[in-house]
Amino acid sequence: MPASGRLADLRDRVARARDSDLWYHFTRSPVTVVAAAVTLLFLALAAAAPVLAPQNPFDAAALNIGDSRLPPAWIEGGQLRYPLGTDSQGRDVLSTILYGSRISLGVSAAATMFAMLLGVSLGLVSGYVGGRIENLIMRLADVQLSFPTILIALLIDGIARNALPKNVHQDLAIPILVLAIGMASWVQYARTVRGSTLVEKNKEYVQAARLIGQPTAHILFQHILPNVLGPVLVIATLGLGLAILTEATLSFLGLGVPATQPSLGTLIRIGNEVLFSGEWWMTIFPGVWLVALVLAVNLLGDWLRDALNPKLR
Amino acid sequence: MDTGHHLQGVETLGAKAAPVLQIEDLAVEFPTRRGILTAVDGVSLSIDPGEVLGVVGESGAGKSITGTAVIGLLEPPGRIARGRILLRGERIDGLPEDALRRIRGRRIGAVFQDPLTSLNPLYTVSQQLVETIRTHVDATPKEARRRAVQLLQEVGIPAAERRIDHYPHQFSGGMRQRVVIALALCANPELVIADEPTTALDVSIQAQIITLLKRMCRDHGAAVMLITHDMGVIAETADRVAVMYAGRLVEVGPVRDVIRQPRHPYTIGLMGSIPSVHRRVSRLVQIDGAMPRLNEIPPGCAFHPRCPQVFEPCRTLRPELTPTGSGAAACWLFGDAPPSPGKAGS
Amino acid sequence: MFAFILTRVANAILVMLVVAFVAFSLFNFVGDPVTNMLGENAPPDRKAELRLSLGLDEPMPFRFLRFLQHGVRGDFGMSFRNLQPVSSVLIARLPATLELSVMAVLLALGLGIPAGVYTGLHRNAWSSQAIQAASLVGVSIPSFLTGILLILVFSVKVTWLPSYGRGDVLRFGWWTTGLFTASGLKSLILPSITLALFQTTLIMRLVRSEMLEVLRTDYIKFARARGLSKRAVHFGHALKNTLVPVITITGLQLGSIIAFAIITETVFQWPGMGSLVIQAITFGDIPVLSAYLVLVSALFVTINLIVDLLYYFVDPRLRVGHVAGGV
Repeated sequence: MPASGRLADLRDRVARARDSDLWYHFTRSPVTVVAAAVTLLFLALAAAAPVLAPQNPFDAAALNIGDSRLPPAWIEGGQLRYPLGTDSQGRDVLSTILYGSRISLGVSAAATMFAMLLGVSLGLVSGYVGGRIENLIMRLADVQLSFPTILIALLIDGIARNALPKNVHQDLAIPILVLAIGMASWVQYARTVRGSTLVEKNKEYVQAARLIGQPTAHILFQHILPNVLGPVLVIATLGLGLAILTEATLSFLGLGVPATQPSLGTLIRIGNEVLFSGEWWMTIFPGVWLVALVLAVNLLGDWLRDALNPKLR
Repeated sequence: MDTGHHLQGVETLGAKAAPVLQIEDLAVEFPTRRGILTAVDGVSLSIDPGEVLGVVGESGAGKSITGTAVIGLLEPPGRIARGRILLRGERIDGLPEDALRRIRGRRIGAVFQDPLTSLNPLYTVSQQLVETIRTHVDATPKEARRRAVQLLQEVGIPAAERRIDHYPHQFSGGMRQRVVIALALCANPELVIADEPTTALDVSIQAQIITLLKRMCRDHGAAVMLITHDMGVIAETADRVAVMYAGRLVEVGPVRDVIRQPRHPYTIGLMGSIPSVHRRVSRLVQIDGAMPRLNEIPPGCAFHPRCPQVFEPCRTLRPELTPTGSGAAACWLFGDAPPSPGKAGS
Repeated sequence: MFAFILTRVANAILVMLVVAFVAFSLFNFVGDPVTNMLGENAPPDRKAELRLSLGLDEPMPFRFLRFLQHGVRGDFGMSFRNLQPVSSVLIARLPATLELSVMAVLLALGLGIPAGVYTGLHRNAWSSQAIQAASLVGVSIPSFLTGILLILVFSVKVTWLPSYGRGDVLRFGWWTTGLFTASGLKSLILPSITLALFQTTLIMRLVRSEMLEVLRTDYIKFARARGLSKRAVHFGHALKNTLVPVITITGLQLGSIIAFAIITETVFQWPGMGSLVIQAITFGDIPVLSAYLVLVSALFVTINLIVDLLYYFVDPRLRVGHVAGGV
């Protein structure tokens, strides 16, 4: 295809996307646009933390212990250099929040990805293959569904923590955490995808593909998967919010990320210890940041679910 | 016998009784982001007491929406854009919800398509019947229950005394629809709107249910607006038939006449496409093309792009219903089309 | 009906066996099982004796069986930290968690269900929108943060309510309750609100979406077409159909609350099983962890069983399945 053809093709796709119902409803809902913008902003800030943060809070050399426990800049005793104040080690709170949100988002996003991959694969397989495998997977799903996510993540992490020797666990803490949260969340994906797969499996285009002799993997990924992506996207967005909260909770309890890589939850825990002596900024700012992030993601997920639900349109 | 009564008797000898339902130039719109969709565009019809009027047309022709508008259950954003609906001469469109509620069930009953989903699965048939009866009639629970059992017997449920306490899922599809019919008629309404009452049922019992519906309505003095896409049902059951196309009425008339001698080209096509035991044809008639979508209705006569007898005025001027013997058709073949510009005296 | 109960019970037993196996593996392969059972400081000859009686050289299935035997009798060994039998440690903590959880469930249901019904019936009123917005914020705040904020406001800024502990408790047999003392009741307020808040918003949103679904059904449309009053349609029909799935939710809520109690108990230093398990994980107290796993699973499995049975009694479609003949 000549270059001009490809460009025209791309323009055509963009035009179609802009004309779609989804975009229409999106631009008509100011709350959602703001939520999406805020989410993107948080993501950008977290990703760019090393560049943006006024100070690297993990570099001991950069810290000045004399500057510890300073209130935010607009309160008497604060300094402009530390806009949100400092903690008991002299670390700039804004910087710790930026780095902390990086960890929070990193772990949560990875866990959500993992849950999605695991759940979607199991859903496709159990829906398409059926039989004993489907039975087994769905039974497992049912059992797991009766336990709350936080409990499963907690127990997996707790058991791993005790089963592995101390130094091994230190190194693997974050992957284990990702695994724990991911393993606690795969079920919703699997069930939804299985349902959709069952529906698509019986449609003529799939039967035709089978008759032609297309390999199963090809059928699954090229044909069935695209039809299933809508609901999966909704689950993933809402799941991201839940993952962020779960990670924060585990870290608050001291069971999540290691102390050397504090997430927002860890920051709140540390701040909580000095909260009652009146030094509120170490707890409140990370808290507000966390809530704002989760709220934005939840708004987006809620809107997405309503927008993709044909019954509500 | 007082004079008033006597005069009333004289009246009915000569003149026809007033129609139960009159729909005048009804239009129903749905505002959407792509503009306003007109699902029903200027439909006028009337139903006499005790008469069965069949409203027939393809899916999307606007027949169900007409029925829904009559009973006042249009879901927003759908709304009645213009026209009047008169029940025994009183206007009922645009009434407040309280007044509409008093009419529903009591003066207008409804039977919908799917008997499985029409009944609340958590309540017994008895509970649902007694509740409905007591809403419209002042009756004690015992009296209401007796009446309910009577109704069930009328609609042909065996062992009604016992089965009235069963739940909906314990009945078969046909039985459930009988219960629905009983529910629709328990307050003796003057009009019943039946929207595809047999479509969801097995072919083998469709005939039974439609016969039952007709009999029950006749026995309880109710007129019927029978909405369906199935011409066979209309032929068996209706007194008159109204054919709808793209939200408009294209032909109306007594059933025998419309079937034997359809006038409107669409109706002709419709009748020709029905296989018959009596006729021998090598091919069934097929109408090329498809009914237009609501946002793509052509100007003039909505059927003109597919009409084998299309001529000049059809493309630009929308035909009105013009009398054709015992009925009426909306087609320029029968009307006096105004002279088109450029054609000197035709 | 029996078949239904039987399959459910069989399922439950299967799940418990799997959980027991996980607990067993934990118990026996993490650290030394003998030490787990007797504690670090037991004399060596007792250890040898136990090692023999445990049959640690026996094949796995037998050891698992023995674990089950001990478990059924309530013997899960000795806690590392307290040097007391695990069972007594758990029993001491159970009432605290149960009281807190039940209070939270009552709060969550009492607020969540009416709010959900209201916002479902009046979906476009601005009060509905406001409640919905508040609930969205509610599900975005982690419960530990809620707890911290409540403490900040009610214990630090104003000293109305205590910020930790259970207050004075009365003992009835092995049960301890804080419900009959002033300090006990005051201590219960903040933790139960914290625990209930998250669940209240969840319940509210669930009930609302159920209600909206139900209001769209054909039987509601037919009910309206029959001229039934607004009250009859909304509360007689729609509400009843909405609440049936809410029963399942209630059961799951109780389980969920018991899990979230872990967090609340940590924030408020509430002496329940939740704070116990955190300590166990941090200190590597395997016997306690292992026993908690089994206990909590048993609780969840039982709750689910009861919910299944309840559902059976409430939804007639599950009870009398067969369709009577006739046309």
